[in-house]
Amino acid sequence: MSLRKHDFRENGDKIDYILTIADNSLILGQRMGELTGHGPTLEVDIACTNIALDLFGQVRSYFQYAAQLAEKSCTEDDLAFLRTEREYKNVLLVEQPNTNFAYVIAKQFLFDHYHFLFLNELQNSNDATLSAIAKKSIKEVSYHKRFSSDWVLRLGDGTSVSKEKIQKAINDLWPFTQELFEPNEPEEKAIDLGYGVDIAKLQEEYKQAVEKVLIEATLEELPVLEFYQRGGKKGIHSEHMGYLLSDMQYMQRTYPGMKW
Amino acid sequence: MQQESVYIDPILEPILRQVPDPEIPVLSILDLGMVREARLKDKAVAVKLTPTYSGCPAMDVIGDDIKKAIEDAGYVCDVELVLSPAWSTDWITPEGRKALEEYGIAAPLDASADKRALLGEEKLVKCPQCQSKNTHLVSQFGSTACKALFKCDDCREPFDYFKCLI
Repeated sequence: MSLRKHDFRENGDKIDYILTIADNSLILGQRMGELTGHGPTLEVDIACTNIALDLFGQVRSYFQYAAQLAEKSCTEDDLAFLRTEREYKNVLLVEQPNTNFAYVIAKQFLFDHYHFLFLNELQNSNDATLSAIAKKSIKEVSYHKRFSSDWVLRLGDGTSVSKEKIQKAINDLWPFTQELFEPNEPEEKAIDLGYGVDIAKLQEEYKQAVEKVLIEATLEELPVLEFYQRGGKKGIHSEHMGYLLSDMQYMQRTYPGMKW
Repeated sequence: MQQESVYIDPILEPILRQVPDPEIPVLSILDLGMVREARLKDKAVAVKLTPTYSGCPAMDVIGDDIKKAIEDAGYVCDVELVLSPAWSTDWITPEGRKALEEYGIAAPLDASADKRALLGEEKLVKCPQCQSKNTHLVSQFGSTACKALFKCDDCREPFDYFKCLI
């Protein structure tokens, strides 16, 4: 099934915007959920899966709203499980693999700081539902940000091995962050119409917030690069996305319409 | 905090009071402040429910439990989930806080104290077993989304702390 078959009528742009912002939480939640039963310690395992749970809860609010705007021509489950790879609009950052614990933390850290600033602005959306979701979610995300920043500090200011690993993870993932601040077409429309967040304006504050933690963690300052990775917001994903989706969509593809 | 916007029909109050939180069964959903509205018109009941955390897996169960309790009392019930205003731990009633403590879960501190406690800057969270404040944070995330894990350094018991959400 492809969503192109659905007739979204006049709400199409807003639905595309909701998918753009919700897919980040969905795919990052899926990555965090991979740690279920695999966290380095029981407490960290529980923390990571709790974060995944929060993200999925937020995604459900977004997708339920999108399904409602689509006049019930699709369900929240269709949106989560039955789209093709190019129909997902998440940034490349969140789909990157959990190479090791440093990558889990660095990815979460780089997203959390963006997510917090983003939700802070989304609270002012002229769309009452999006504003309500933002007001609910930001409370949860402030805990995520605290958790991931705390671990960047511990790893950076820890042993020479932990420092080397988190530095490598930050260096490898930093090229994926530029995309967070480059609006795709639905985002541009959303900004014009007042229900979306002008993300480009968040970049400076983001850089300062991230750098503040890195300096405290005795890590290197952020580099200015000539080339950044981008594409996810337009549906052009990295090679990791297909594997992630085959895992995530397995049940609904194998047993269509299956319910708990 | 926005508690005044709650309206619960006096006829429905005793019925809703019987509905427990499935994760913390000593606590009524009314004590948690999750029911924002319960209106009765003839035999039709409209309930507005707000989740504690977005991903709280207990929400569906709570919604079903409310529907069942009210329908068992002879009404027709419709439960609607509302997100705004977002739930706050300030809405937990004094009775609810007491029930939490007796159950072995430390009740939430106010926001600024909560932050200092979770950052480990100050020992503020009281052990529900021995009342000592000589406790430390084990993990910011506990057995459910709404709790953090602490350990008492006097009686050595681990315990859950209901995280502040304002």
